[in-house]
Amino acid sequence: MYNFEFAKPSSIAEAVEALGHDEAQALGGGQTLLPTMKQRLAAPATLVSLNGISEMIGVCVNDAGEVCIGGATPHATVAREAQAQYPALAALANRIGDPAVRSRGTIGGSLANNDPSACYPAAALGSGATIKTNTRDIAADDYFQGMFETALEEGEIITEVRFPVPEKANYQKFVQPASRFALVGVFVAKFADGVRVAVTGASSNGVFRWAEAEAALSADFSKAAVEGLSAPAGDMISDLHGSGDYRAHLVKVMTGRAVAAAG
Amino acid sequence: MPTDHGIGASSKRREDLRFLTGRGRYTDDINLQGQAFVHFLRSDVAHGRINGIDTSEAEKMPGVIRIFTGADFEGVGGIPCGWQVTDREGNPMREPPHPVLAQGKVRHVGDPIVGVVAETAAQARSAAEAVVLDIEELPAVVDMRKALADGSAKVHDELDGNLCYDWVFGSDDAAIDEAFSKAAHVTTLELTNNRLSPNAMEPRVAVGDYSWASDESTLYTTSQNPHVIRLLMGAFVLGIPEHKLRVIAPDVGGGFGSKIYHYAEEAFCTFAAKQLRRPVKWTSTRSEAFISDAHGRDHITTIQLAMDAENNFLGVRTDTLANMGAYLSTFAPSIPTYLHGTLMAGNYKTPAVQVNVKAVFTNTVPVDAYRGAGRPEATYQLERLIDKAAREVGADPVALRRQNFITQFPYATPVAVEYDTGDYNATMDKLLEMIDRDGFEARAEASRKAGKLRGLGINCYIEACGIAPSALVGQLGARAGLYESATVRVNATGGLVVMTGSHSHGQGHETSFAQVVADMIGIPENMVEIVHGDTANTPMGMGTYGSRSLAVGGSAMVRATEKIIAKAKKIAAHLMEASEGDIELKDGQFSVAGTDKSVAWGDVTLAAYVPHNYPLDEIEPGLEETAFYDPNNFTYPSGAYACEVEVDPETGKVQVMGFAAADDFGNIVNPMIVSGQVHGGLAQGIGQALLENVAYDENGQLLSASYMDYAMPRADDLPFYKVDHSSVTPCTHNPLGVKGCGEAGAIGSPPAVVNAVVDALQRGGYAHVTHIDMPLTPARVWSAMNG
Repeated sequence: MYNFEFAKPSSIAEAVEALGHDEAQALGGGQTLLPTMKQRLAAPATLVSLNGISEMIGVCVNDAGEVCIGGATPHATVAREAQAQYPALAALANRIGDPAVRSRGTIGGSLANNDPSACYPAAALGSGATIKTNTRDIAADDYFQGMFETALEEGEIITEVRFPVPEKANYQKFVQPASRFALVGVFVAKFADGVRVAVTGASSNGVFRWAEAEAALSADFSKAAVEGLSAPAGDMISDLHGSGDYRAHLVKVMTGRAVAAAG
Repeated sequence: MPTDHGIGASSKRREDLRFLTGRGRYTDDINLQGQAFVHFLRSDVAHGRINGIDTSEAEKMPGVIRIFTGADFEGVGGIPCGWQVTDREGNPMREPPHPVLAQGKVRHVGDPIVGVVAETAAQARSAAEAVVLDIEELPAVVDMRKALADGSAKVHDELDGNLCYDWVFGSDDAAIDEAFSKAAHVTTLELTNNRLSPNAMEPRVAVGDYSWASDESTLYTTSQNPHVIRLLMGAFVLGIPEHKLRVIAPDVGGGFGSKIYHYAEEAFCTFAAKQLRRPVKWTSTRSEAFISDAHGRDHITTIQLAMDAENNFLGVRTDTLANMGAYLSTFAPSIPTYLHGTLMAGNYKTPAVQVNVKAVFTNTVPVDAYRGAGRPEATYQLERLIDKAAREVGADPVALRRQNFITQFPYATPVAVEYDTGDYNATMDKLLEMIDRDGFEARAEASRKAGKLRGLGINCYIEACGIAPSALVGQLGARAGLYESATVRVNATGGLVVMTGSHSHGQGHETSFAQVVADMIGIPENMVEIVHGDTANTPMGMGTYGSRSLAVGGSAMVRATEKIIAKAKKIAAHLMEASEGDIELKDGQFSVAGTDKSVAWGDVTLAAYVPHNYPLDEIEPGLEETAFYDPNNFTYPSGAYACEVEVDPETGKVQVMGFAAADDFGNIVNPMIVSGQVHGGLAQGIGQALLENVAYDENGQLLSASYMDYAMPRADDLPFYKVDHSSVTPCTHNPLGVKGCGEAGAIGSPPAVVNAVVDALQRGGYAHVTHIDMPLTPARVWSAMNG
């Protein structure tokens, strides 16, 4: 790790200001950034911790009935505090990494990083969440733009994520044996106006919606409806842990299981 | 009967107090006055020619003390190999040089090129980044078959190819050909034994120190055998006589074989410390460990079994390619030969067994012993093969094994070893008691209803431990003796210090060794202290590996303690004015047979050091004895293992539902420690079978270079084990009757897991799946099912 300056602002405004400096980098829970810095693969001049901004921490429900999670809220807090309003989201948060990761890692950090194997992108895209930043609201459908790519501008901070609560939802994660990130993770959410299916881990373009499954499930929300589909095409990741064909197969299996588990 | 102290007691591991409370003293805890730090710049290509190294910018970086390159080591010896294998033509193996820092070429990703010594570790690392390397990348040799093909690039330009040796062992061609010509059925299996990374919890560390005043060098290192390092590094690399070199291996956090070998970093730190007149420290990162610790396994094998019409085994023959990596690590050549070929008879009275091994150089990290070392490879081949054969001829896999068991001992195998004792039916009987085989069908039905395929795998193993009879291994090419040593020093007030040449790095020697000595004398265990790991205060010993410590080191300790007792009896006889032959020792009391006269252990030890009333005309004062013990045979632990799995047919995911191990380790000193050793071995064996795999791409880049891609077994990957070691046939040739327990779990478990998965798939209707290569990851199992 190289030396760096450290700032811990207590308000969003201060954080935005601090991030305006050259080579400043926002720090969420540090579960990706700090190991990267230790390996000397990243060398920000200043780390701006977002963990001291109380208005960015916590879980609440807004007037529209959306579950609103502050951008600096750790996974463990979401697992605990979203359980009553959005159990599928809480369950997802409760299976990210291990207890240490869940105590430090934050939803904003995960979404800003947009690791192609992370869990939260599936929940956000699958729920049709709104990513609220210090400057604007971004629909999840517009936010995820490829592996480690998002709609965020330089210095833009995720202050809150708003999740519409579906009638039914479930997340199924099939873990990569070594990292235990999602080899394939599928988030299925059934809303009054249709079903959303978001897939993480599988595609080299990052999280994506499986349109065929959404159509089939919107017509018939059953495991059987998925079984008739062919596995999704597209740019599947092929690596040490599984071929593209295997991942595509798992997408179908996990989607079916998510539907069955959603009830 | 269980006891509460001494031999047979599950005494709590005394060393755990410091380990579990963070008070261990590991090599990285050692920081010396004026210490500098080295960072190694390592090759990021698998194969390349070094056209230039420009250190000029790096030398100007803050804190830099000196930058070493291969040129600084031109007058220094290379890293030696401790075992010379002779090939089928009688020629010695090809033994290319292994420089401390790369000279001319780099031969694997991780090959050290430059050592930057600076005031701090961070400064050394920063300066290393400023070194400019001009390396011309060459085609990499990764695949063993391609390495042996005509026209392959060569790892070592001075050799005529990439073959290290072509070795044949066991029955002659005529005998093996006759066995196969008579066969009613021949089963053939091709398999790989996957390459593993050792992953000791504590990464390697070395601290070199030099005293100008005494001209003495000291190396603190994470070693399983400090005397071996002193001999190899002193005599062959740096030219330091042993009386001017001290090697200290303090608490060591696991080794599994990877800390047997003499590594370049140790020589570097010792060398640089003398050059710079400052202590020099290196601490491996986990990332460095993946590319610099010797790997294990990595065989490709074709094995065949010939059976007659009654399913009697007639012959076994194997052809193996064994990966040596880029250089010969300390014991690398012996692993696929004398620790592998000698076990190819297994537990069976097969009359003809022939083993061929071709050892191959590749542009990969060197491969050497890893928990089990050759014996897991032998067991895996044979026990997978027998399972396949049983299926092909419709025999029950247990009955087929029993039919061919060796039942008469001693038994001389066709592969040069003589099993002294064993009872393979006894461990199989015990295993079957443990696993409720009759209830399997009901469990399988329950699994089926839950959408899962259930399978049961059973196998045997035998291994050779207690390494090793020096004269025998000398004939086989070992360049070292493999005896062990112990000095027992009794203090005036009766406490003992046992200085052993064995080395404990997690095995619990400080507890179990103390149990043995305390039991022999009849005193509390806490009166016995075990000292190990420092060449300055232990007798020359060969260290700990190959499950040898109790069988060989313990025997040396027994011999030394016997000498102590014999002398103590002389003193006791004098004190009681009795005849030495009438003195009995029981529960720490010396008594005169047939009388009520006695003196306590402490009276005798005090007399030894305060010899006012002492037979000075017959014996010397003091009570300290040393013994060296050289075994006259290997020991042969054996056992029967069973694994039950569920396979998810939709995903290929394997879950281990149960695992049972029935072992015969001979006599047991501490049953709890033995169970713990089996548990650890099983975790590593199941890890190999399901999860762990070192993977290189075709350019020799390591794909599994961190825990993000190298899958270690975790608690929830593993079942609650059933282990038993109550089947005992004591070793016939060492004083404790012990065999060794450290590696059995890792040796016996991989075939059980794979047999179980294949069984599950066969029962589930996937008749075409007769084998899947380890690790049986979900992707591989699914591909096999759908292939």
